[in-house]
Amino acid sequence: MSFDAALVKKDFPLLQRRINDKPLVYLDSANTSQKPQQVIDAMSQFMETTYAPINRSAYQLAAESTDAYENARSLCRTFINAPRTNEIIFTKNATEALNLVAHSWGGANLQAGDIVVLTQMEHHANIVPWHMLVQSHGIQLRWVPLTADGQLDLTNLDELLKGAKIFSFTAMSNVLGTLTPVKQLCAAAHAAGALAIVDGCQYVPHNVTDVTEWDADFLAFSSHKMCGPSGIGVLWGREELLNAMPPFLGGGNMIADVRLDGFTCAELPAKFEAGTPPITDVIGFGAAITYLNAIGMNNVRQHEKETVTYALSALHERYGNDITIHGPTDPEVRGATLSFKFKDVHPHDLSQVLDQSNICVRAGHHCAKPLMRLLGANATARASFYLYNSLDDVDALVNALEGAGDLFSL
Amino acid sequence: MPGLEDLYREIILDHYRTPRNRGELAPPAAKAEGHNPLCGDEIQVYIDVADGIVRDIKISGQGCSISQSSASMMSAAVKGKSIDDIRNLVRRFKHMMSIEEEGNDSPIDESQSLGDLEALKGVVKFPVRIKCAVLSWNTLLDALNNA
Repeated sequence: MSFDAALVKKDFPLLQRRINDKPLVYLDSANTSQKPQQVIDAMSQFMETTYAPINRSAYQLAAESTDAYENARSLCRTFINAPRTNEIIFTKNATEALNLVAHSWGGANLQAGDIVVLTQMEHHANIVPWHMLVQSHGIQLRWVPLTADGQLDLTNLDELLKGAKIFSFTAMSNVLGTLTPVKQLCAAAHAAGALAIVDGCQYVPHNVTDVTEWDADFLAFSSHKMCGPSGIGVLWGREELLNAMPPFLGGGNMIADVRLDGFTCAELPAKFEAGTPPITDVIGFGAAITYLNAIGMNNVRQHEKETVTYALSALHERYGNDITIHGPTDPEVRGATLSFKFKDVHPHDLSQVLDQSNICVRAGHHCAKPLMRLLGANATARASFYLYNSLDDVDALVNALEGAGDLFSL
Repeated sequence: MPGLEDLYREIILDHYRTPRNRGELAPPAAKAEGHNPLCGDEIQVYIDVADGIVRDIKISGQGCSISQSSASMMSAAVKGKSIDDIRNLVRRFKHMMSIEEEGNDSPIDESQSLGDLEALKGVVKFPVRIKCAVLSWNTLLDALNNA
C-alpha cells in the first residue's frame, strides 16, 4: 500500500484539534505517541461488551476477556518475531521491563565484581537499575563510548565486553535518534559470553523488529510510544532464561500453589505477571499493533527516513550555523528524532516560543543525563516525528524557529 | 491564551542578558545547589551571612531565561537584608507564584514593594514555568539553612 501521512493523520482524533484556531503540530512522539481512532474504539468496545477478569473465572464473559487479552500477546509475538508467545511478558512499561531483567536475572546471577556493559547513550531506565545493582551486589559498569557524530564507538568493544555477564544497550537513542547495529552488538555480547539486552523503546515503534534475526536475549518496549495506551509494556526474553529466573513481583496470578510454608511459581508468562494487569490497555495495545501492521512497519520506517532527510536539510539550509543538530547526519543510521540547539536560546524558552505556533517539542534532558553531559548541554530541544507527521509539520517547525532568537539575544 | 509578552517582560530579559551577582563565594560562605529534575536546570547560591544579615550573595549555574532572571532579581532583592525579611520575601514571592506554605496560615507581610520582582507575575499564566521561577528561591532557603 502507498503511504500518505496526511491520510494517516486523519485516523488520530487529537491531531484534528485546533488551539487558538491554529492546527496542532505534535512533534513529541519520542516522548509518547497519539492514539488512532481504531485503538480508542477497540478499548471502548471492549469495556462496553467484553470486560471481565482474566485467567480466573469460569463464566463465558471471563473466557472472552481472557481470549482477547491473550490475543494481544500473540500479536506482540508476531510483531517482534519472537519464537514463542509465552515469552511475551506484559509489564507496566519498558522501564519496568528493564528493571525486571536487572533485578530478577541480575539479582540472582550477578555477584560482586561482575561486569555489566552499557553505552553512554542510554536512557536512565537502562542505567539506574544497574546502578542499583552496583549498590546492592557490587557489580561493575563499563561504558561503550560515542563517536563525534553520536554513534557507538565500537573500536574497543571486544575489550570492553571481555568477562562481561551482560551487555544492555538501546536500539535507538531517544536523544540523538541514532540507530545502533543491534545484530552486531548481540553477536559481540555472545562471543564474550554475555547476555544481550535490547532497549527497544524508541526502536520498536518505528522499525521492523525481529528478535530472532538479531539473536537477542531480552527486549523491552512500551505500548504508549507505538499508538497504544500508556500503562502497558513488554519484556520479551528467551524461554529458557525466563524459566530459570526467579519471579519479580509476588502475588495473585503468578503462582501455581501457595502454602503456609512457601509457594510455587506459575508457568510463563503468568510467572511474571502478578496481580490484575491493565486489561483494557492490553486490548488497546493489541489494536495498536494491528493498526501498525496494516500500515506496515517498512512503510513507517521509509516515511520517517524521508521525513528526517527533509528536516535535516531544511533546518540546515535555513539556519546554517545558527542550529546544531546532535546525532548522525546519515538518515540510514538515524530515526526521525532530532535534538538541537538553536542560537543561544535555552530549550525551555525555545519550546515556549514554538508553543505559540502550537508546535509541541520536548525541552529538557530527556532522561539521559550522562549523554547530555557528553553533549555539553543541560538540556536540548527535541522534535520527534512519527507516521502521522507530514513534511508540512517539518515546514511548520522550520518557519516557527524564525525570529525565535531575537527575543533572547545575549 | 496568554502571549509571550506576558512572560518575557523587558525587565526579565534585561536580568537574563546581564545577570546581577554572578559568581561564587569562597568558604566559609554558605552554599546550596538546586536542580530542576524535569529540565536539567542547575543553580548554585552562595551567601555570606553575618549578624543575621545576608551581606553578600552570588549565583552560578545554567538555566532558561525565567530561572536565570528570577535568580538575578532575587540576588538583588535579598542582598543586605535580614534573614527574617528574606524568609518573608521568599514566602511572598512563592505566594505570587501561587505556591503556599503548607500549615502556615499567618498573614503575609506585604508592606514592602516587590520592585522588579513584580515583572515575574506573568509566569503564573504559564504553570509549567513556575518551577523555573522558584528554583533559585528554594535554593536560597537551603543556603539559609546551611548558613
